[in-house]
Amino acid sequence: MKLRLLLILWTWLAAAPALAVDPREVLADPALEARARALSQELRCLVCQNQSIDDSDADLARDLRKLVRERIAAGDDDRRVIDYVVSRYGDFVLLRPRLTPATYLLWFGPLAIVLLGLLALAVFYRRNRADDPAVPAPLSPDERRRLESLLKDGPR
Amino acid sequence: MIVEAGHFALVLALCVAFVQGVLPIVGAARGNAAWMAVAPQAAIAQWLLVAVAFLALMHAYVTSDFSVLNVVLNSHTDKPLLYKISGVWGNHEGSMLLWVLILSLFGAAVALFGGNLPAAFRARVLSVHAWLAIGFYLFILLTSNPFERMLPPAENGQDLNPLLQDPGLAFHPPMLYLGYVGFSMAFSFAVAALIEGRVDASWARWVRPWTLLAWCCLTAGIALGSWWAYYELGWGGWWYWDPVENASFMPWLAGTALLHSATMVEKRDTLKGWTVFLAIVAFSLSLLGTFLVRSGVLTSVHAFATDPARGVFILLLLVFVIGGSLALFAWRGPTLRNTGLFQPISREGAMLLNNLAMMTGAAAVLLGTLYPLFLDAVGGAKVSVGPPFFNATFVPLMIPMIAAMAVGPLLAWKRGDLAAAMKRLWVAAAAAAMVALFIWQMQGDGAIFGALGIGLATWLLVGVLVEWGERIRLFRAPAGEAIGRLVRTPRASLGMTFAHAGLAIAIAGIAASTAWKVESIQTMKPGDTVDVAGYAYTFQGARRADGPNYTAVRGTFTVRKDDRPFATLEPEKRIYAVRSQPTTEAAIRTTFLGDLYAVIGDPEGTEGAFVTRIYFNPLVAWIWAGAMLMAAGGLLSLSDRRYRVGLAAGRRRDAPADASPTRA
Repeated sequence: MKLRLLLILWTWLAAAPALAVDPREVLADPALEARARALSQELRCLVCQNQSIDDSDADLARDLRKLVRERIAAGDDDRRVIDYVVSRYGDFVLLRPRLTPATYLLWFGPLAIVLLGLLALAVFYRRNRADDPAVPAPLSPDERRRLESLLKDGPR
Repeated sequence: MIVEAGHFALVLALCVAFVQGVLPIVGAARGNAAWMAVAPQAAIAQWLLVAVAFLALMHAYVTSDFSVLNVVLNSHTDKPLLYKISGVWGNHEGSMLLWVLILSLFGAAVALFGGNLPAAFRARVLSVHAWLAIGFYLFILLTSNPFERMLPPAENGQDLNPLLQDPGLAFHPPMLYLGYVGFSMAFSFAVAALIEGRVDASWARWVRPWTLLAWCCLTAGIALGSWWAYYELGWGGWWYWDPVENASFMPWLAGTALLHSATMVEKRDTLKGWTVFLAIVAFSLSLLGTFLVRSGVLTSVHAFATDPARGVFILLLLVFVIGGSLALFAWRGPTLRNTGLFQPISREGAMLLNNLAMMTGAAAVLLGTLYPLFLDAVGGAKVSVGPPFFNATFVPLMIPMIAAMAVGPLLAWKRGDLAAAMKRLWVAAAAAAMVALFIWQMQGDGAIFGALGIGLATWLLVGVLVEWGERIRLFRAPAGEAIGRLVRTPRASLGMTFAHAGLAIAIAGIAASTAWKVESIQTMKPGDTVDVAGYAYTFQGARRADGPNYTAVRGTFTVRKDDRPFATLEPEKRIYAVRSQPTTEAAIRTTFLGDLYAVIGDPEGTEGAFVTRIYFNPLVAWIWAGAMLMAAGGLLSLSDRRYRVGLAAGRRRDAPADASPTRA
């Protein structure tokens, strides 16, 4: 049983290092091809482990790459290509999850943490200042000159 | 027989750990010196016992003992000796054994070098450490026994995953584990300090070097792993935001924050509670990293152990360790008093900003890594969170921090003068603007982000050099005095200069290799030439080139630049016989400005043509050079005189407060 699991795992791993995009898939128009590559990096190879279809050698990834290129060649804009792929494979295919109520926490979480952190800092400094009544006044120009001359002449 | 001895040694280590987990801490509570004195001996005994277990397993690997299941699954008689040895930790069970070996090593280090710690404190630290060890010993013995026999023995083994048969990956796990487990020291010290309710400068002087050592190893380990991905996975990428990569990156971020806050505890006697909290978080993230990789909850390229029973065990361990320590922190943390006060614009303030950015970054990575799991668990939709998310959230968080990083070291402790610092940084600002504009003009085609990235790196690098120049009064004092100051610069501050400069160099590499990577995919017949980024690659054909345990096809490219021969590149495509698994061995020629990178794929037609991919990766080697500079900076800082002075100061811990040295 353990052996079989490992075997399955190896066959997955076997797909990892091989080559992805094949010269035969490449679109003749470099601008369209560049769009296809950019889109491919946003789409997940569904049978792989956390790889985009641009990186994967799996058959499914190849089919998806071809599909993306067909749609682009047919004149779809990026949004419609993505919509088309999602309509067939579901949201799971997107490496950049869409902003929906289910992903609010994901997309706004980091921002919320930054704001909370800044708030905590502000509170910390307020308290810090309250604890520190003896914040000295900055040096007057006169005092500063004296200090500089002392520093210059003083013993090292 | 040797294998059973190893197994038995591990069981004994568990028993010793139980004694070490109970007696010293009870002794410390009751003031019983004899019970406290058990701790160091027990820690050393543990280490010796685990070393016996580890060597026993290694012996089984080196002698190809195929009556041991673990060896059968991960080794083969034809495998080169290096990979027989690295095979010990190239699998789940063995890697856990390596984990406890390093854990016990750190425990033994406290026992051997901790003579200057107060006896009660050392006893508590070692007891806490023992409880961590108990968790892992039980995990190994109950769910992942590497010494399991197989009857009847196999004729030969099933070989190690060929992707792991690589020098880079042979040393990657030990480095990474030294980092992960190194944070266990900070953790044990933090928990022991919470139990005592006391954190002072000598505490920080103990925690900081260990954290620094762990951080250096983790930095090197991550860099090694990313370098491996770059040359072995064959498409020139070096970071994928894969869950396993994130697993090692989060403790690194927390560890970086901890290093900076521990400095403040040591020098300014402030932020104690926060530092203790960071120590707990850094180790918790290390544990979580182990959990993510080992339990297989996240399917990923690296997760080579998939077994839910183990997952449940590690989950319980996580809940116990993280939950327990955080609860202790909530209870005892508020008793820690800070005395050092400071203004927002000060060196402490800058370090606190670093802490904020690092921890927010770690939180964003954690959120993205666990979100699919979380959504799935609460019955939501199945989503993927991939590189586009991490790039969109993590990178914007880091940019302000890096901008502030050039300023921080120029501010004074307690209360800094921002205007004066900015005035001294005009050179950096001018250099950054000029470089960014120049590159933007050169490259043109919309790669504005690349130019901005290089500009940011220039700002930081020049800022670091300005600070260093100020420190030794370069150009301001006579040359003799500047040299004298250079020689006398504390190594800790020189280490900081190195580490910050290393980050600047790495950022330049990241920006350039992302923005201006050139790729060319084609079918080439022998004699065909393609031009990539000003280099002409001629395919000379391919031939067989078999190794000890694989068959291979090796292609040859001659590369010419400006019509002069420049290099010969020989990429391979290997098939490892036992597992019939292909790997690509990219051929790479590193130059100062970028890597020439060639890969050979499948044959095409009958005329000896092959699919080939050729890349030019600008400045990509700077990423690892920068990372190595960071690790070197850490080591340099570790060799600082203060730590030796500090050790002496620790011995006088019970002496009057003014005995602690005030230099530094």
